[in-house]
Amino acid sequence: MFDSPERLMLGLVTGVVFGVLLQKGRVAKFPVIIGQFILKDWTVAKVMGTAVVVGSVGVYALVASGHANLHVKPFLLGGVLLGGLCFGVGMAVYGYCPGTGVAACGEGKPDAMVGVLGMLVGAWVFVVAFPALQPVIKGLGDMGKLTLPEATSTSPWLWVAALVGVGLAALALLPSRRKSVADEQHRSDKPGVRAGSSV
Amino acid sequence: MTNPLTRKSWSPYVVGIGIGGLSWFAFATADHPLGVSTAFEQTAALAEKAAMPQAEQTNEYFAKKAQEGKPTKIGWEWMVVLGVFIGALLSSLFSGDRSTEAVPAMWRERFGGSVILRLTAAFLAGLLMMFGARLASGCTSGHAISGNLQLAVSSLVFTAVFFAAAIITSLALYGRRGSSHV
Repeated sequence: MFDSPERLMLGLVTGVVFGVLLQKGRVAKFPVIIGQFILKDWTVAKVMGTAVVVGSVGVYALVASGHANLHVKPFLLGGVLLGGLCFGVGMAVYGYCPGTGVAACGEGKPDAMVGVLGMLVGAWVFVVAFPALQPVIKGLGDMGKLTLPEATSTSPWLWVAALVGVGLAALALLPSRRKSVADEQHRSDKPGVRAGSSV
Repeated sequence: MTNPLTRKSWSPYVVGIGIGGLSWFAFATADHPLGVSTAFEQTAALAEKAAMPQAEQTNEYFAKKAQEGKPTKIGWEWMVVLGVFIGALLSSLFSGDRSTEAVPAMWRERFGGSVILRLTAAFLAGLLMMFGARLASGCTSGHAISGNLQLAVSSLVFTAVFFAAAIITSLALYGRRGSSHV
């Protein structure tokens, strides 16, 4: 029923740091998440991209030195495709992802809290419907716990180096001055200036 | 030097480096990738087991998880989620970056100020989102960050699909020019 106390403490410490980072990164905010999806605010991509590049170097070093194992999720085509679709539509309406939704609860947002209740119900629906969902999840094929280096029979370090290279190139090429959300919020606070109000 | 915790925001690159470093910590200390949505599934599974004890026999879910060596429990993953809440709470208290508004400004401008409408949408969208995360066995943290940094094919595909779906949905709801609030 419970992990060991040490492991529970480790999880708590990891989570607290994660929560501080998400809150300070402003990704637990509705306009920042939706701003990313209407391609006007690139905060989410910057946070995620940097995390992936930095994370890959250290995690592959830990794996190579025998201090950790990879934990790759299986590529069940139906589950990943349908899951991604539901996830994307849900996230765009909710305005938070699971982690940032929990962080937004910490900020005090009532809509985030109700969304977390919805998430619990969504997880429950999945558990209850698990047997019936198996054909959907595995129907289109199961490619197992596949990584890009395995799929292409190349060294993982080639991919890590490429990630770092792409990250640095993006950093150098991106326009350096992007208007922050706060700036624009101060600039125009009047409703009804939006185009496309036909729905 | 001012305490960085009292600042309302840090550079997204600093935060990204922090999350990347935190991934090393999670792999090194717990041999586990950072993730959030698994804990929701475990909570739901524990609730189902408590409410319907016979489900453990009738629903193959429980046998499958036990067989994978991942029995439903309150574990590391669950504490990470609790920690995210506490960390964001402390961070927002230190900086005063608190918000108790149920209807985000951008939503109000598009759909009006009805609290009921916003909360209903948040509930249903949270439900759909988490159902999708469990279908794919991961979310933004488990797939888009932890999975991609492991160069997992499933995570790359999931990230591409969910970003595309979210972009199309958001553009349909708010338009390319978006609200004046972004």
